[in-house]
Amino acid sequence: MTPTAPPHHLPLAEPADRYRAMRLVRGFEEQALDLVREGVIAGGIHPYIGQEAVAVGVCAALRDGDLITSTHRGHGHVLAKGASPHRMLAELAGRVTGLNRGRGGSMHAADFSLGILGANGIVGAGAPIAAGAAWAEARAGRDTVVTAFFGDGALNQGVLLETFNLAAIWRLPVLFVCENNGYATTLPAAGAVAGGAVERARAFGIPAQTVDGMDCEAVLAAAAGAVERARAGDGPSFLECRTYRFEGHHTMERRLKLGYRTAEEVAGWRERDPLPRAAAALDPGEADRIDAGIGQLLADARTFALASPAPDISGACDYLYADGLRPRAGVTL
Amino acid sequence: MSKLSYTKALNRALGDALAADESVCVFGEDVGAGLAGPTLGLQARFGTDRVVDTPLSEQAFVSMAIGAALAGRRPVVELQIPSLLFLTFEQLANQAHKLSLMTGGQTSVPLTCLVPGSGSREGWAGQHSDHPYSLFAHVGIKTVVPATPSDAYGLLASAIRDDDPVIVFAPAAAMGVRQDVTWDLEPVPLGRARIARQGDDVTVVALGAPVHGALAVAEELAPEISVEVVDARTVHPFDWATLSRSLERTGRLVVIDDSNRACGFAAEVMATAAEEMRLTAPPRRVTRPDGAVLPFALELDRALQPDARQLTGAIRAVMK
Ligand SMILES: Cc1ncc(C[n+]2csc(CCOP(=O)(O)OP(=O)(O)O)c2C)c(N)n1
Ligand SMILES: [Mg+2]
Repeated sequence: MTPTAPPHHLPLAEPADRYRAMRLVRGFEEQALDLVREGVIAGGIHPYIGQEAVAVGVCAALRDGDLITSTHRGHGHVLAKGASPHRMLAELAGRVTGLNRGRGGSMHAADFSLGILGANGIVGAGAPIAAGAAWAEARAGRDTVVTAFFGDGALNQGVLLETFNLAAIWRLPVLFVCENNGYATTLPAAGAVAGGAVERARAFGIPAQTVDGMDCEAVLAAAAGAVERARAGDGPSFLECRTYRFEGHHTMERRLKLGYRTAEEVAGWRERDPLPRAAAALDPGEADRIDAGIGQLLADARTFALASPAPDISGACDYLYADGLRPRAGVTL
Repeated sequence: MSKLSYTKALNRALGDALAADESVCVFGEDVGAGLAGPTLGLQARFGTDRVVDTPLSEQAFVSMAIGAALAGRRPVVELQIPSLLFLTFEQLANQAHKLSLMTGGQTSVPLTCLVPGSGSREGWAGQHSDHPYSLFAHVGIKTVVPATPSDAYGLLASAIRDDDPVIVFAPAAAMGVRQDVTWDLEPVPLGRARIARQGDDVTVVALGAPVHGALAVAEELAPEISVEVVDARTVHPFDWATLSRSLERTGRLVVIDDSNRACGFAAEVMATAAEEMRLTAPPRRVTRPDGAVLPFALELDRALQPDARQLTGAIRAVMK
C-alpha cells in the first residue's frame, strides 16, 4: 500500500526555528549519506552538510509565495523552502511518493506548490529561469521575490552573466545567492574567478555584498535587505555567502580519495560549523529538545520512504508531454 | 482579392494569440521593430511588456522564457538565425523539454520557439543556412515546418496553445509564398499531415519549402506517374497513420528533406515505413549531404540542397 506523507510545515521566524531547520537539513543529509551507502539511493548525492546557514538564512527572509531555483547541491534549499522531508527522501529513493513521483531524484527535486521551481543538474541554469519567473511575476503586478541559488562554479557560466545584465536592466525582483564554498568540484574558486564575485555583480550595477555563510543570522539579515529591495521594485541584489562543504563534492568522492583539500582546511571550517553557533544562542536544553524532535521526524521519513513503492515501469514515459502524447516504443516486437 | 503572405500569416497568428490570451508574450532581438517580419507592429499594439526586445543574450532570454512559462506565461521566443538553436540547445533540449517529466508532471513548459528564415537564405553561407529540425525531433521536442501561409498561421497558433515546448521553423524559401485564403484562418493541429496532392503510384513525403517543389514535380510527371504529395507539416510527432494509409495504396516512397542526411528526418520516415508499412520497392530519399555546411557561392549553396531534378530521379528510381 502506498503511504501518505504527513502534513509538514517549517517555521523559520525565530532563531530556534532556524536552528531546527538547519538541524533538519543536516540530519536529512546524514541519513541520505547512510542510504547512499546502503544502496537505497541510486547515483549518490551532492551533500549540503556545512552550508545549512545559507539555505535557512535566505529562506527565512522569504514569504510562502516567493519562488526559488536551486542546484545540484539542492537538498538544503528544497527543505528550507518547506518541502516535506518524507517526500524528499522518497524522491531520492526513487519512490512513487517522492516530490517528483520518482522521476527527478536528487538533482531535480521540485515542489511547485511551495514555489520550489526545481534543483538543476546544470551549473548556472537555474538563475535565468529564476529571472524569467521574476519577470513574469513582476509584470503580472505581483510582488513575488525569486531567489536563485548557485555555487562559485556558476560564476563562470556565461549565461549567469547574461542573466545579471537582463535582471539589472529590467529591475527584476531577483535575489542572486552565490554559495562560495571555495571549490567547483576540485577547482579552487580562488584561482578560477577573475575580479571576484561581488565585483562581477557590481559591474552590472547590482548591489552586492559578501556575508559569512556560516552564520545563519548574518545571512538572514543580508537577505532580508535584498528581499525588501526586490519587493519594493528596486531590482536585483547579489549575496556572496562564504561557506564550505564538509563532505566531498559528491558521495562518489569518498571512494576516489582526491587530495585537493587538506585535512587542516576541512577541520578549520568544521570549527565554524553553523549549527553549534546557532545552538549557543538558544536557551539551555532547547537545542537538545529540537535535535530529538528532528531525529524522530527523520526516522519517520525513512520509514515512509522505504515503505513506499517504486513507480510502475509501465509509466516510464509518463509526464514526458503535457498532453499525454505517447512516444513510440524503443522496441517493437 | 489580396493574397496572404507567409510572413503576414505568422504575424497574424502572433497578433491573434497576443490578443486572445494575456499570458502570451514575445521575447527576441529586434522584435519591437519587427525586423524579421513576424512581429511587425505588435509592440505598438501590445506594449513593451508583451513584446519584449532583448539584448543579445539568447541563452538567458530563452531560459527566462522557460522561467516565465513556469510562472504561468505562454512565451514565444523568436531566434534571428537558425544556428542560434545550437547556442540554445541546452535551454531547449535539456531544460524546457525535460522539466515536465523530471518534475513528475508538476509543470509543463508552454514555450514556442519561432525561427523565421530557417534553411538557406541564399548567400548567407555556413552559419546562417542550417535546417536542424531533425535534431529537435530526435530530442523529442514538438517541431513543425509549415509550407504554406495558412499552415504557418495554423501551426504557430497551435504551437502557442500547446502546453509543451514547440519549435516552429519558417523556412526562408517558404516565406515568400503567398496564398489565396478564402476561409477563416484557424489553428492546425500539431501532428497531422496534409495530403497536398493525391496520387496512386508513389508517395512523396515533403516538409516546408520542398512541398512546393514536390507539387511542381508531381505536375510535370502527371502524364506518366501519379504522385501523391504528403506535406508532413509536423516533424515530431510525425503523422504515421496518414503515411501508412498513403503507402497502402502506392507502396512506393520518396522523402525529400532539406536537412543533413545522416540520422535525419528522411532516414526516420524511411526506416519506420520499412519496418511497419507496405513497401513494394526500396524507398529513396533526397536530402542535403551528410554533415553539410552550405558554402557561400550561390552555385555551391544550391548544389547541396535537394532539388526538383534529384526528386524526379528518385521518383523514377522507385517506379522501376
Ligand atoms: C554547466 C555544467 N558544467 C559542468 C557540470 C559538472 N559539475 C557538476 S557540479 C560541478 C561543480 C559546481 O561547483 P559550484 O558551482 O561551486 O557548486 P558546488 O558543487 O561547490 O556546490 C560540476 C563541474 C555541470 N553539472 N554543469
Ligand atoms: Mg562551489
